[in-house]
Amino acid sequence: MVNLLIGNLGHLFIIISFVLSLASAFSYFKAVKIIENPLLTGWLQNGRVLFYLHSAFVVGVIFILFLIIYLHRFEYHYAYAHSSRFLPVYYMISCFWEGQEGSFLLWIFWNSMLGVILIKTNKKWEAPVMVTFAVVQAFLTSMILGVDILGAKIGSSPFVLLRDAIPDPIFAINPDFVPQDGSGLNPLLQNYWMVIHPPTLFLGYASTLIPFAYVMAGLWTKDYKNWIKPALPWAILSTALMAIGQLMGAYWAYETLSFGGYWSWDPVENAVYVPWIVQVASIHTMIIFKKNNSALKTSIILVITTFLLILYATFLTRSGILGSASVHSFTDLGLSGQLLIYLLVFLVAAILLSVIRWKEIPSSEGEVSTYSREFWIFMGATVMCLMGFQVIAATSIPVYNAILTQFGIDSGMAPPADQALFYSKFQIWGGILLAIFSGTGQFFFWKNMDKSRIWNELAIPVLLSLGVSTIVFIAAGVNKLPYILLLTAGIYSIISNGTIFIKLLKKQNLNLAGGAIAHIGVALMLLGILFSSGYSRIISLNMSGVAYSDELSDEMNRENVLLFANEPKVMNDYELTYKGQRVELVGVPGFPPKSYVARTNDEHLVVALKDYSYGEKVIFQSGDTLEIRPENTYYEVEYAKNGETKFSLFPRAQVNPNMGLLVSPDIKRQFSKDLYTHIASIPNPEEKIEWGTPKTETVSVGQNFFVNDQVATVTKIQQLSEVAGLVLSGEDIAAEAIIEIQGKTGISTLRPVFIIKDKMMGNIPDANEDLGVRISLVNIFPQESKFELAVETAPKDYIIMKAIEMPLINLLWLGTIVLMLGFSIAIYRRYKEFRKEGQTTN
Amino acid sequence: MKKSHIIGIIVIAIAVFVIISTAGDASTYVSFDEAKALYESGNSKKVHIVGQLKKDNQGVIEGVEPGEDLLSVSFLMVDNNQKTGKVFYNKPMPPDLRQSEQVVVVGRFKDDVFMANQILLKCPSKYEENKIQAGSVN
Repeated sequence: MVNLLIGNLGHLFIIISFVLSLASAFSYFKAVKIIENPLLTGWLQNGRVLFYLHSAFVVGVIFILFLIIYLHRFEYHYAYAHSSRFLPVYYMISCFWEGQEGSFLLWIFWNSMLGVILIKTNKKWEAPVMVTFAVVQAFLTSMILGVDILGAKIGSSPFVLLRDAIPDPIFAINPDFVPQDGSGLNPLLQNYWMVIHPPTLFLGYASTLIPFAYVMAGLWTKDYKNWIKPALPWAILSTALMAIGQLMGAYWAYETLSFGGYWSWDPVENAVYVPWIVQVASIHTMIIFKKNNSALKTSIILVITTFLLILYATFLTRSGILGSASVHSFTDLGLSGQLLIYLLVFLVAAILLSVIRWKEIPSSEGEVSTYSREFWIFMGATVMCLMGFQVIAATSIPVYNAILTQFGIDSGMAPPADQALFYSKFQIWGGILLAIFSGTGQFFFWKNMDKSRIWNELAIPVLLSLGVSTIVFIAAGVNKLPYILLLTAGIYSIISNGTIFIKLLKKQNLNLAGGAIAHIGVALMLLGILFSSGYSRIISLNMSGVAYSDELSDEMNRENVLLFANEPKVMNDYELTYKGQRVELVGVPGFPPKSYVARTNDEHLVVALKDYSYGEKVIFQSGDTLEIRPENTYYEVEYAKNGETKFSLFPRAQVNPNMGLLVSPDIKRQFSKDLYTHIASIPNPEEKIEWGTPKTETVSVGQNFFVNDQVATVTKIQQLSEVAGLVLSGEDIAAEAIIEIQGKTGISTLRPVFIIKDKMMGNIPDANEDLGVRISLVNIFPQESKFELAVETAPKDYIIMKAIEMPLINLLWLGTIVLMLGFSIAIYRRYKEFRKEGQTTN
Repeated sequence: MKKSHIIGIIVIAIAVFVIISTAGDASTYVSFDEAKALYESGNSKKVHIVGQLKKDNQGVIEGVEPGEDLLSVSFLMVDNNQKTGKVFYNKPMPPDLRQSEQVVVVGRFKDDVFMANQILLKCPSKYEENKIQAGSVN
């Protein structure tokens, strides 16, 4: 039955939380002048209570939506479109971010939690900061409001009924129709990283609001300097969360998608990268301000820009404007107008407030010395802003087109044909400069330097890094100029920041080491990116294009290889063999061959046909019923090098009725490099295997015969006392032939069965789909001790795959961990500073 | 001149360079005829062509030919000016090519064939479909 109550309740909660956020904003607005007028405490308390209530209703909305998904209420579109009965509970959480409404909810949830924390931790700034917070909450809840006002649709509610969302004719016949099952969560999202990457990233996204709210509060109340103290630890936390969130996504893409890397310069990735790098710049200028009171105006501009870029990114990814330019933007919900208003309101408000107050903001006129830390940090911040600018300038191409179309101009402008090359050829120079600045700037941080001293300090790190990079340069064969420079700069940054770190360690002043550690992390990441992307090597490359034409080599080189089952092929220094299809069974280690199990009427259950052991241990026996992951097929590819080191990789393909073929790589992780393998194509699984006309062979035990160009022998024939699925009584007879086929890579065994039951002859054929052979035991002639076999053959199973070697990718992941460590230390230090100063000044 | 002015000028110069290189590296959406004309004038810049797979009168897709070893594919595409062109793609055929509603090919002409480096497919998404999949009345 259609349950209307639960959805109506959820919708009501959304409307209440929207109204409460507006009321809270109004109350806090009234309370802003509280410092001058203590009588306003009432408004302050109102605002606070209203915000708490708002947050409580937001939690209520999330709870109701989760309940709808958890209880499989498929009469609701959200549950139908994003979940299914077989979805484990921990992936039901992922349903929240597969859909646009759910991800808005997540964002709203984080904002309300952050708001509650701010109310608890900073009473002094509460009123002006929470005005911005509550207004943002009002805008965000309006996106999921789902009401019509004067014919205009405002927001898209997650509580829409299926019958209202999809005009299927069945609803005309039966309005109470409820589908048996949902259409399920995108299988690529059914991954542990997808449970934790989106909430982390969204928390990072949401927390950019805090520094922005502080800067707005500072401008508004004319307290131009003090906002930086409480804003700085939040800005660092937000940057750290966005970085780790993005890198989790990158790692997921590396493990699950198959474009052969971890970063593809997709517009959605760029939309996070740009605000992130501007926020990193803003942290640095805020640190300059804390040291010597300069760079205040720059900090204000950068903090505002970061938040506006977040809003712009939201507009890009959710308005549908990217269209086909991105693989993972959300489907268009018709919210583009609303999103544009959201962006413009904050753009105009922030610019207006800054312009009105600009003259009053204190600034320090005076030339900065080249031998000061401020100079180097400032240069670093400038480089970061330029890096962000380059990315956003090209990512916005669809926006330029949309604007030009408004004026009736068809520009025909398309994104760069090779996006990775376009962005990285510029960004690499940014990386080189950042590594140099972060290495050099650290020296100025700790003492007052002059011309003569700096060269003494720098000499050792510079010479050392030149020495080390020369060795790496020769050993690894780094050959392009930007690569050599990035290598040297990265090593220089590690050595000079490492020197500082050791000095701090000796002084037992680890508290101040956050910057040095974070910079080492970034340098490690740059080196990891340099080697894994710049020097990745396609193992399966067939360079026919070089002979054809140099100019067209990228069009003509074959990056994939065709492997027939059990036919080894030599590619570069590896010998690859495709060993056949494998299945994934719940609770079973490894991947048993597909022929070991038979499907049943329930697509989630299979019956074992053979015994399977893993290592020494027998895992299941013939006749056992097992649970299978029906969508997943794995393809075993064996790698041999110099005829020795053998290992198998199991790249995966999922055939999804809605989404076609989804492939995921398998990665052999080694200390110095990863070997990455993914399927490019497989025979169409929709088409049944076409067995050829049966060929009759009359043979005796031990006699050789040919099947599909391979030698086969019947080694034994034996009587069976039972046959799976059949009841044998007194006069019935069953026997099986054991046939060994000499494949190119070993012997495989087939066991066709012959039965006489109730005086009727019958047989159960046995097949090896990898070899393309099926054999039936048709008849037994006891007098001549011969028997008749029917041999059928089919085209052999094959895969088309791509293999890539990625050297030193572990440096990227190691650098990420080091960076996070550095961020954590810095957040702890800045938060302590804020608490301490808060106690004295408040 | 103050140091900050010099830095300012450098920053502006880089920003201008970024804008020019973005405009220069940006590809364009063209038709087969325009792409052909570009090739014949010696311009080897890669372009985007938007179109659909060619279908015969009965609506059956025609002209899709997987290459030897299945490692490449060539197909006929009708661009938005209703002009048919041959496209060669030196990678295995994307599994959902035949189901696509819209095809965007990125590449350039070589003789009479458009050599695509990249194919972007727009396929009917399950969420846009106005049909409920198999299921029964509760």
